Amino acid sequence: MDAFFLQVLNGLDKGGAYALIALGLTLVFGTLGVVNFAHGALFMIGAFCAVTFRKLITLEQVVLSKTELSPWGTPLEIRTPYAQQWFGDFGNVLIDYSVPFSLLLAIPVMLLIGISMERGLIKHFYKRPHAEQILVTFGLAIVLQEIVKTFFGANPNPQPIPQALQGAADLGVMVGLAQHTITYPIWRLVYLLFSLSVIASVFAFLRFTTFGMVVRAGMADRETVSMLGINIDKRFTIMFGIAAVVAGLAGVMYTPILPPDYTLGMDFLVLSFIVVVVGGMGSLPGAVLAGFTLGVVQSLASMTAVKDILPGIDQIIIYLVAVIILLVRPRGLLGKRGVMEN
Amino acid sequence: MSIKKNGVTRRKVLKGASAGLITAGVAPSIFVKGAWAQDFRNDPKGGDVVLGFNVPQTGPYSDEGADELRAYTLAVKHLNGEGDGGMLNTMQPSNLKGNGILGQKVTYVTGDTQTKSDAARDSARRMIERDGALIITGGSSSGVAVAVQALCQEMGTIFMAGLTHSNDTTGKDKKRYGFRHFFNAYMSGAALAPVLNAEYGSDRRAYHLTADYNWGWTQQESIQNATEALGWETEKNVLTPVGAGDFSQYITPILNSGADVVILNHYGKDMVNSLTQAIQFGLKDRQANGKNIEIVVPLFSRLMAQGAGENIKGILGTANWNWSLQNDGSKAFVKSFGAEYGFPPSMAAHTCYVQTLLYADACERAGTLYPPEVIKALEGHKFDGMGNGATEYRAEDHQCFKDVLVVRGNQNPTSQFDLLEVVQEVPRSQVEYDAKIFGGELGPYEVS
Repeated sequence: MDAFFLQVLNGLDKGGAYALIALGLTLVFGTLGVVNFAHGALFMIGAFCAVTFRKLITLEQVVLSKTELSPWGTPLEIRTPYAQQWFGDFGNVLIDYSVPFSLLLAIPVMLLIGISMERGLIKHFYKRPHAEQILVTFGLAIVLQEIVKTFFGANPNPQPIPQALQGAADLGVMVGLAQHTITYPIWRLVYLLFSLSVIASVFAFLRFTTFGMVVRAGMADRETVSMLGINIDKRFTIMFGIAAVVAGLAGVMYTPILPPDYTLGMDFLVLSFIVVVVGGMGSLPGAVLAGFTLGVVQSLASMTAVKDILPGIDQIIIYLVAVIILLVRPRGLLGKRGVMEN
Repeated sequence: MSIKKNGVTRRKVLKGASAGLITAGVAPSIFVKGAWAQDFRNDPKGGDVVLGFNVPQTGPYSDEGADELRAYTLAVKHLNGEGDGGMLNTMQPSNLKGNGILGQKVTYVTGDTQTKSDAARDSARRMIERDGALIITGGSSSGVAVAVQALCQEMGTIFMAGLTHSNDTTGKDKKRYGFRHFFNAYMSGAALAPVLNAEYGSDRRAYHLTADYNWGWTQQESIQNATEALGWETEKNVLTPVGAGDFSQYITPILNSGADVVILNHYGKDMVNSLTQAIQFGLKDRQANGKNIEIVVPLFSRLMAQGAGENIKGILGTANWNWSLQNDGSKAFVKSFGAEYGFPPSMAAHTCYVQTLLYADACERAGTLYPPEVIKALEGHKFDGMGNGATEYRAEDHQCFKDVLVVRGNQNPTSQFDLLEVVQEVPRSQVEYDAKIFGGELGPYEVS
């Protein structure tokens, strides 16, 4: 039972990341009708916002020792972070909480990247076939990851969990079970809550703001909204930026779980597209539902009891479930008639 | 007329004449360097000796490839008499004079393996067929090493492997033209098991997470055999997909499995991720069977340790070499490399540097660049002063036998490079095995 509960938690956690990426993908598809294969790269760039922020705040003053030598005979370098020198204890807090603080950097950076991407490239492909959109955005994703590799190298860049959030929480004790029965990493719980908060914020933004109402109206009938004198293109461009921010924030908070390297986006891209298709093209609730469902299914398939009966099932389960769902519900879990059907 | 005068008979004259003719015909071949060598592929015929460095320049191991390339560049400089000479000064015995190879200047071309077998074979073939490479060397993967080695055997080009740790490279897939200086999975298991036994006791239950490909299987099998021989039990071996990213679903079943040691048979990014996540799940803070749960990573590298950050602290594993070693060869290499690039070399860089020097020295000893003769010079060659103590290139399988390092993630690193501390230098005798156990055939010296 404890193993089952732990795998459900794992699945929800994993599903949180899938859902956040798929949500952004669906937003872009639902508003602009673009199949954006560069969306995974936005997740990766978000992760590298955290890496960059940490590199900046851990910039060090290097003083060459006059007495000590390095093993290769050059003067030993004595390094002290500037943040520590300038801000004292707050500098240490800044370094310790570098990942959460880097969200502040990621929001404007991702918004800027998203809007530039849409205005500079994507808008020229609105009326082109989906195959061409896929080709150009996939090419863009490769360019972005090579740029990141040039600056940050190919090796993973580990990002620390703040000290107060390190270790595992004993959830079993909280519900009256014996100690160590159900323990789960605190940061993963933070990530799950964070992803639920971002998802709720996006839905609230679309549901309860005038901007969101116009966007929803535009998603339903773009031409009618334009005829009412509303510049729907401008709003859709902003939505592209918001989708980039959502992917970027998901990437920032994921860095302590998975030390990021330049391939991070591609690792998530294929799974996220499956999530979008299973959820139903263009359906935001579908993307979230499918994200969490597939995350949990993938984790449960990795249970020892399951793998003993069906070895290797964990590696194909997502594709198997996707095939079954699409056979039963060809438009996905919450897909609507007419989307990508002509 | 009698020719028996002064004891000279007709028979003796004929014998002498025959011997004279044979001597006259053969002597130049014996006393002139390389004169026995027939035409062979990419014979520089007195021009520059071109070496082909086939390393991952793109892809997930490109940082490791970059370090290999730095080492190769340094080796070429030293061979040509530039720089401080590095290990040319410590290698014993050595026929290297710092005047290239056989007096010919050494140059190089590079290829990008991308850590993909097909791409690696293509770039190796290009360097051999188009760029005139006399040997191919480098790489960061066993799959690539086995694929390129097979190509080199077909083409009659010597392959000096870079970082490859699978038993198969010098086991079932060994080739006459392939040579590995790096240690292998069997040696890791044999070196690590007694240290694990001493540190954690003989009553342990191990849970293996294993990368689901050739290297992972051989690594897991080797460490399982070695630990079971010392009395450990194996709770379970779970195969994980390569590049899984999130290993949480494989780690959670360990928590209450009853295992008290977790062995991560992963390398590269997989190792960085699985170790990071195992630590986050609190495995090191838990107990099972009344003992602290321990994590073991059989194969370490400094670049992986950098990727895993703080999580590496206290974790035991093995390494082929570490820059902190204090023998003359290591010190000379670290000094040269550090002065050139500003940081110490990785073990991948070390093995590539050594391989280049060993090839050059073998050519000098053979007196020719003709591959079959160079191969014979390498087979069974014993040397020292290259950072690993007394070493032998075993003739039967072309595997180097030397001491193996058991290392531990440094608890108190003094710099960003001081990540691994050497726990023990396990002597060669403890990691040696019969070449027959892994099978394979070396193949012929002469290839058409």
